[in-house]
Amino acid sequence: MLKFIKHHMDTIAGIGLYPAISFVLFFSFFLGMLWWIRSVSKGHIAHMTALPLAEDKQPNDSLHHAN
Amino acid sequence: MIERFQYDNRIVKNFLFVTILWGLIGMLVGLTAAIQLVVPSWNFADWGSFGRLRPLHTNAVIFAFVGNAIFAGSYYSLQRLLKTRMFSDALSAIHFWGWQLIIVAAVITLPLGMTTGKEYAELEWPIDIAITLIWVVFGINMMGTIIKRRERHLYVAIWFYIATWVTVAMLHIVNSIELPISFTKSYSWYAGVQDALVQWWYGHNAVAFFLTTPFLGLMYYFLPKAANRPVYSYKLSIIHFWSLIFLYIWAGPHHLLYSALPEWAQSLGTVFSIMLIAPSWGGMLNGLLTLRGAWDRVREDPVLKFFVVAVTCYGMATLEGPLLSLKSINAIAHFTDWIIAHVHIGGIGWNGFMIFGMAYWLVPRMYGTKLHSVKLANAHFWLGTLGIVLYAVPLYFAGFFQSLMWKQFTPDGFLVYPNFLDTLLEIRTAYWLRVIGGSVYITGVLLMIYNVRKTVSAGKLIANEDAEAPPLEKLVEAKETGHWHRWVERRPIQMLILSLIVVGIGGVLEIVPTFLVKSNVPTISSVKPYTPLELHGRDIYVREGCYTCHSQMVRPFRSETERYGEYGKAGEFVYDHPFQWGSKRTGPDLLRVGKKYPDSWHYYHMYDPTSMSPGSLMPAYPHLFEDLLDTTTTRKKIEAMITMGVPYDEGFPAMANTDVIAQQDRIVAALKKDGIEAQKEMEIIAVIAYLQRVGTDIKAKEIVETKPTNP
Repeated sequence: MLKFIKHHMDTIAGIGLYPAISFVLFFSFFLGMLWWIRSVSKGHIAHMTALPLAEDKQPNDSLHHAN
Repeated sequence: MIERFQYDNRIVKNFLFVTILWGLIGMLVGLTAAIQLVVPSWNFADWGSFGRLRPLHTNAVIFAFVGNAIFAGSYYSLQRLLKTRMFSDALSAIHFWGWQLIIVAAVITLPLGMTTGKEYAELEWPIDIAITLIWVVFGINMMGTIIKRRERHLYVAIWFYIATWVTVAMLHIVNSIELPISFTKSYSWYAGVQDALVQWWYGHNAVAFFLTTPFLGLMYYFLPKAANRPVYSYKLSIIHFWSLIFLYIWAGPHHLLYSALPEWAQSLGTVFSIMLIAPSWGGMLNGLLTLRGAWDRVREDPVLKFFVVAVTCYGMATLEGPLLSLKSINAIAHFTDWIIAHVHIGGIGWNGFMIFGMAYWLVPRMYGTKLHSVKLANAHFWLGTLGIVLYAVPLYFAGFFQSLMWKQFTPDGFLVYPNFLDTLLEIRTAYWLRVIGGSVYITGVLLMIYNVRKTVSAGKLIANEDAEAPPLEKLVEAKETGHWHRWVERRPIQMLILSLIVVGIGGVLEIVPTFLVKSNVPTISSVKPYTPLELHGRDIYVREGCYTCHSQMVRPFRSETERYGEYGKAGEFVYDHPFQWGSKRTGPDLLRVGKKYPDSWHYYHMYDPTSMSPGSLMPAYPHLFEDLLDTTTTRKKIEAMITMGVPYDEGFPAMANTDVIAQQDRIVAALKKDGIEAQKEMEIIAVIAYLQRVGTDIKAKEIVETKPTNP
């Protein structure tokens, strides 16, 4: 399969376009993400932030009473 | 209605203990290799020489030490963040034992010289397949756990695990495409520049998605836990995640600056590497700021101390990495010990210290007891920190100054250090300091092992930890006007696919053009396939791990062309399965070594390097003078090359061994002229054939280079 790709496509027009495409892709993705983050509700963030601490039944100080 | 269930601690404990065991072994192998660099006699056997132990060291610390730690930490946190037991105890066990078997296979095969010759991907094809299968088991177990969860939303740590899983799967499969010629030998499907690009796309992202993203997941879970306060900014962690996985995948080509890789790909790698500073530092600050107002606790809690230094090392390494991808800095640092220092800041600082902190936090909890000795843990912390400093600082100096020595010219325009060896001997002190630093670091690990053992014997494993939570259905919120991201966050499969698309776009845009465009790799008409004997010699070169110390890539600098000869061209490597550009010069570059010395020079040099090069630190290879060349595979090797597009004549495989004998006779005759009675069946003859061929095709009179039509 790779042999086919390697030897049958001899040129590709505008190779310099690739860095540009990648930059535009990243930048729009990044903007979209920022837009979403701005609009996410406080309650949701608070819920997510508390997740790792929520299930703690054991005291968190097992180190401090050792010798 | 509340459901009762139990968390599986046994699997976490198993993974954690083997993490420590393999960590110690991997570090001791590293220490041995470090000593071998200053005391050549420590290359005690053919299987124990630097070229074979160095891959064992890197594979052991990456896949055994760090790998098992990823599984331990993610199995612990997944269960708790999702409020459920792991999907299947059987899959957990298969995952555990399968991974350990793979490691054992690596420990056996790498010293035996069974290697693909591609860094951090050295394991041969049967092991590659095993890795794929076990990785799938891990994936099913993780996704199964996510699907049967009791918490609707996936915490950011889990996103990091998912992205890790999907990306490592992609990298491993693409980079491991190889053509087997036997159970223990295969050739990389890619050749030359393409092989280099795929390899460093893999190599760089193995660092990104095996050593970094899973550990960021662990950081986002264990750091808030240990500090007992929420992460500084959850929003920042989301930005951290998406920008990191999107950017990382593009940065691979920065390992190939000034090489024969097309210019646009090199620039792409640099630009994305620089952009990486932003999310990396965002993540580091997010970690450190989680401790705001808790710094008094950092002073007394060794777990937090380890985490603080780990996260700081993450910040240092991720600032340094982008700087190293600037061409001007890369020109100095590449191929030197600077890079070794850089990766160890990441390896023993970031990964090592995260693992130690995690171990000190997990063991007392899972054994329902207190840590045996906080004092010892503190001692470990200080020994570890001192070890990192003693390891890295001398190597930074060594790398910088050796590079300057390579580049130094007299006023008359001659190299100040024309003999490579002189620059190596100048930095031997730094190599000794590195040995001391490593030893101090390992001493700390021994303290931890003792401490953990004592803690374990004082408590009893809570193999199944009771927990309770309401089932998921009851949690449905009255009405959710969802955003796309919350929609994704609740749907792990979609999350997995989105991650794959994000990293896939980067990989495809980076790699495909180099494959598609024939004109990207200019062909040089004088470059011909290797003779069968040279091919055998090349395989021995790969087997002995010569690439761990010798590059085959002369960069277009005057200091390098002056020292080595013409710089490397993309078209020269089209028959190199795998490429052997290397990444570190403990010895000189070998691209233009062909025909530089007589055959007898190589004969003596391989038997005892100091005979030709007094003071040389290179291992001797006496076994090449005892072992017979295996010519039963000649035909298969040539056929494999033909399959991959190397233009040998049709009937050639059948008569390849005749060609082997003819060339052996010529070399033996040349040696005889210099008074050496050599046996032609010995492996050394093949090695000489290869070394005399490397990089010579371009010296042929007629050099016709077809330029890329679309630059």
